[in-house]
Amino acid sequence: MNQTDQMMTGNLAAAWGARLAGADYIPAFPITPQTEIVEALAKWCESGAMAARFVTMDSEHSMMTAAGAAAATGARVFTATSSQGLLYAMEVLYSISGWRAPLVLVNVSRALAAPITLEPDHNDVLAARDSGFLQIHAETCQEVLDSILMAYRIAEDERVMLPVIVNLDGFYLSFTREPVILPAPEQVAQFLPPFRPAHLGFKASAPHALGVAVLGGTPYSYFRHQMHLAAMNALDVHRETAAAFERLFGRRYDVVEGYRLDDAEDVLVMTNAFASRGKVAVDVARAEGRRVGLLRLRMIRPWPADAIRDALRSRRAVAVLDQNLAPGQGGILFQEIAACLYDEALRPRALCSFIGGLGGKNLSEGEFRAIFDQTAAAGARGKGIGPILLYTEAEHREMTQLQMLATTQGDVNRET
Amino acid sequence: MPWRRETYKKIKQIPSDEHVFPGTALCAGCGGLEALRLAAKVLGDDVVYVNAAGCFTMLTAYPFTPFKGSWLYTTMGSAPAGAQGVRDALDVLIAKGRLAKHENLKVVVLGGDGSTYDMALSSTSGALYRGLDFYYFCYDNEAYGNTGMQRSPSTPYGARTATSPCSLQHPAGTMQEKKDIFEIWRAHTPPYIATVAPRYPLDLEEKFARAAKFTGPKMFLALSACPTGWLYDPGETPEVAKLAVETGLWPLKEAINGSVTHTYIPKRKPVEEYLKLQGRFRHLFEPTVQKEAIAHIQGSVNAYWERVNLAERAG
Repeated sequence: MNQTDQMMTGNLAAAWGARLAGADYIPAFPITPQTEIVEALAKWCESGAMAARFVTMDSEHSMMTAAGAAAATGARVFTATSSQGLLYAMEVLYSISGWRAPLVLVNVSRALAAPITLEPDHNDVLAARDSGFLQIHAETCQEVLDSILMAYRIAEDERVMLPVIVNLDGFYLSFTREPVILPAPEQVAQFLPPFRPAHLGFKASAPHALGVAVLGGTPYSYFRHQMHLAAMNALDVHRETAAAFERLFGRRYDVVEGYRLDDAEDVLVMTNAFASRGKVAVDVARAEGRRVGLLRLRMIRPWPADAIRDALRSRRAVAVLDQNLAPGQGGILFQEIAACLYDEALRPRALCSFIGGLGGKNLSEGEFRAIFDQTAAAGARGKGIGPILLYTEAEHREMTQLQMLATTQGDVNRET
Repeated sequence: MPWRRETYKKIKQIPSDEHVFPGTALCAGCGGLEALRLAAKVLGDDVVYVNAAGCFTMLTAYPFTPFKGSWLYTTMGSAPAGAQGVRDALDVLIAKGRLAKHENLKVVVLGGDGSTYDMALSSTSGALYRGLDFYYFCYDNEAYGNTGMQRSPSTPYGARTATSPCSLQHPAGTMQEKKDIFEIWRAHTPPYIATVAPRYPLDLEEKFARAAKFTGPKMFLALSACPTGWLYDPGETPEVAKLAVETGLWPLKEAINGSVTHTYIPKRKPVEEYLKLQGRFRHLFEPTVQKEAIAHIQGSVNAYWERVNLAERAG
């Protein structure tokens, strides 16, 4: 295999994904922590290293409109955003999937305001889970690049024809260097066919009206059902795509990844870059004699229900560590996992919910130990717990100090 | 210097081919549709209309379209961004040999005043700033029409709407002045901007013909007399639309690279003749005549044309 490898950040790996995929069009808008993606692409488009047109738009709402419209015209489109930008574009995401226009959007996850911050969690990308976009969440920089290539092939498959979000964590992956093997362009060409959509395009000889109004629930429901069926097709298409990818590049990706699951009694479920910490915690627990394992969800849409059931069936207890929070409900992934386990005869005795890592908050050794302890106890009792909002004593002390500084007290003497 | 038409001098010269077919869900007597129909005679069929939410969204309803050209409905605020995407994609595909040159299309944004004057400002400003090669066609019926005539920033002082009714506190109904979108666009100095009115078809066709010579943004603001919203009989659209221009309330002008020429100088009938015809101004006449409000309207028109006189005599 003629592949070169280098140390690179997740953002640069994402940019390489777009470049190797031969994107035609990149509408862009900067936002921390994805900006370096569009900066790299701008440089390559300007130098001619990439044969793509790069346009800075006036907002993410406009950026996604331009992206979807260009894809609907027949161009292979790439763009990237995060957090507030993704939400600013939210209505357009639903439009693009409704147009059945394939494209790849990289989201570099960042916790949502308010309060405003820069560090990651998953409320942003999960807010798009009903938009009709498929979603793949990456743990490593290599996986970011590889997932982009796979995403184009899946998105553009006639059985799917839906846009895809590839998610990577801000800061922890976007700015962290890891070794990445760059596939050779000739091999990418074997893997990814050119984009020649039969159902899209505007041309003088073949006028096309797209996104027209529908009156009445009959046509609306029909088109929406079609989108759902297409999204479900993506499970099979992913399997085929992953097999082809493995044949050409030697790396294998499934819709979920199991870590030390074989004889695990209790399983921790996580996604994205913090799953690396989860794997370390599993190793620590294993060294202490606990039979635990980790399940990393990679594909979020379509929801890999069968794979999840296969991985969690017959376990004693499962802890879902959501790096997101739906105030008034709890963990978002927890709910979806619970739903797909409901009818499973051998579902885990206890399904436990933990909320951690919000705004990039640290996940300490102590918190992982608490997760495994509490999950084991729940498994023994036969009843799930949660949502447990993870927070350490040290963090509580730190927060109390910050609050004291932020508060002025009426009767404090002030020197003028 | 009086403005002269070079291409369209006689009514007979207006092409008889239709490019917007009847049978749409739009209101009888829609002034905006009349303007679009005329514009389409110059634009032809090799177009893709990129639409923002508004009355014209109802032009296409699955499975029908009245156009021989293409159509893409985007969102209320970002049709110019959609136009950017289509234009860029066509350029890239043609440059890469994936689309033959003869398949090229003109990109035409279709938006009402509701979209144009407010929500679409960001995407429009961006398109103007980038010099996007496209047409922008705004049909201005001076309110959010498709939702039932609520006040928009293009609603003129003195008109009542569903969200700016006349009251003791606000006797004129709408108390704000109509936003000057022409000047907002002009501040970006696109190659071509024009106001048009379908009752002046030769002026309209001439302007579309002129615009075609330019690469870059070609912006059009079309008077869309609206019987449904302005409250008059659909059969009276011609008279109402004509009076809008003849009273001086709807100036016919163009701006080439930012330099303005008025293309028709009306003798200026009193604004009352125009206001009296429409139910949306009835509160200015009944139960009492609101002399101050009417004088305010007349005064604004007079002041506008005073400035025009000074500017075009000096220029």
